[in-house]
Amino acid sequence: MKRTALYDVHVDAGARIVPFGGFEMPVQYSGILKEHDAVRHRAGLFDLSHMGQFWMTGEMVARWADTLTINAVATMKPQQARYNIFCNEGGGAHDDTIFYRLERGWLLVVNAANADKMWRLLNERRPADGVELENRHGSRALIAIQGPQSAAMLQPHVDVDLSALRYYFCAEGRVENVPVVLARTGYTGEDGFELFLDGADAPMVWNALLRAHSDEGLEACGLGARDVLRLEAGMPLYGHELTESITPVQAGLKWALKLEKPEFVGKEALEDQLALDRYSRIVGLVMEGRVPAREGYSVWFDGRIAGSIRSGSIAPSVENKNIATALVAQEASAVGTALEVEVRGTKHAATVVALPFYKRPK
Amino acid sequence: MASLEDLLFSKEHEWVRVDGESATIGITDYAQNALGDIVYVELPKVGTTIAQFANVGVIESVKAVSDLFTPISGEVIEVNGALESDPAAVNREPYGTGWLLKLRPTNPDETKSLLSSAEYEKIAAD
Repeated sequence: MKRTALYDVHVDAGARIVPFGGFEMPVQYSGILKEHDAVRHRAGLFDLSHMGQFWMTGEMVARWADTLTINAVATMKPQQARYNIFCNEGGGAHDDTIFYRLERGWLLVVNAANADKMWRLLNERRPADGVELENRHGSRALIAIQGPQSAAMLQPHVDVDLSALRYYFCAEGRVENVPVVLARTGYTGEDGFELFLDGADAPMVWNALLRAHSDEGLEACGLGARDVLRLEAGMPLYGHELTESITPVQAGLKWALKLEKPEFVGKEALEDQLALDRYSRIVGLVMEGRVPAREGYSVWFDGRIAGSIRSGSIAPSVENKNIATALVAQEASAVGTALEVEVRGTKHAATVVALPFYKRPK
Repeated sequence: MASLEDLLFSKEHEWVRVDGESATIGITDYAQNALGDIVYVELPKVGTTIAQFANVGVIESVKAVSDLFTPISGEVIEVNGALESDPAAVNREPYGTGWLLKLRPTNPDETKSLLSSAEYEKIAAD
């Protein structure tokens, strides 16, 4: 089991550690609901150094990446970040990722559990010339600060004007006087920033931010809170809403699919799926009662099983209701459809709702 | 809140306080802390007869579903209905308002197989 550069910091702070994506990661610090509340109303600090960071350089990177992904890479502006998905030939997802276009190259951030698979895949498909790949997984760190107060808290520590940094853009600068790539991206449904930095600098930066702002409500947060936050915000988690067999079309990610690109892996399968329009799809569910829906539970419609739960949680930002995503047959997928979720042999009423469950106040 | 000295404990991290014809059952402070934020408690129906160490329900935290066992056998005479709207009471006061159910014990000898507060503390500390 691997450890991030911040592992000792987590243990010293009394965080509860669990295995995740091959790393020993903090699942919670003070408590999932308390950490969730901090991110929705103040700010939270996350160690995401387990995520894979690949550095890509060369004149061919954008054109090559466009043949492997469903979203556009070559049209990205300097300093832009963009969500993107690598698919297999059948249209299922190898991984969902973010590309960051920097001055001297491209940063590709992949899911921890998929990092080895993605590194192999990129190297297998790499053209003979024009693309150089460097695996920084584990040596580089990633710290996220997320929440409505994150810009105000982070600003005194960085030499980048955060008010000029737009959503899904990034900048190269310094945090606490060490080099950082600073991006206005995140996975919580709140405003926030992600800081890519050298692993050796990570504990110093983490401690500086917490020390300076814990009085204002900045909380160290674990992966448990992150999962509740992303689910409320309707964001897919690889392995749940998106897999090698659940396609981006099924996952409701058509907005990221650029069919005008001439050619990319999975394009034909995804076009066929869209044209046929007879596929099971990911929907949002709200449970009527107080029973939580959990991954794997059967979902019933019209007297038969129509699918199963992919993620579920209590949702403090959705009136404390139990929310879930489910992969269900098309006829059971319209917003407003009454479904039942089978929990330990008993069926409980649920309703299909539009995603996301939660949108931050403007 | 009762004194911990009056309680008996199971290795499964439940406590019981026997008071004549009524035995109150809950989970320990160690257990609630290990579970984290509790969001749902499923308890048996009043009138159900339950064997010692049987599975009588579930306790769900944000992340996990855990089985609930009873440290003694008996007939369920009351369940803590307040937990339906306030399951977090189990986190706040596991030995008080966060109690789970009351049984009419069927076999008083069973308590001999349970642990004292001091014995349980040793297990929980490991």
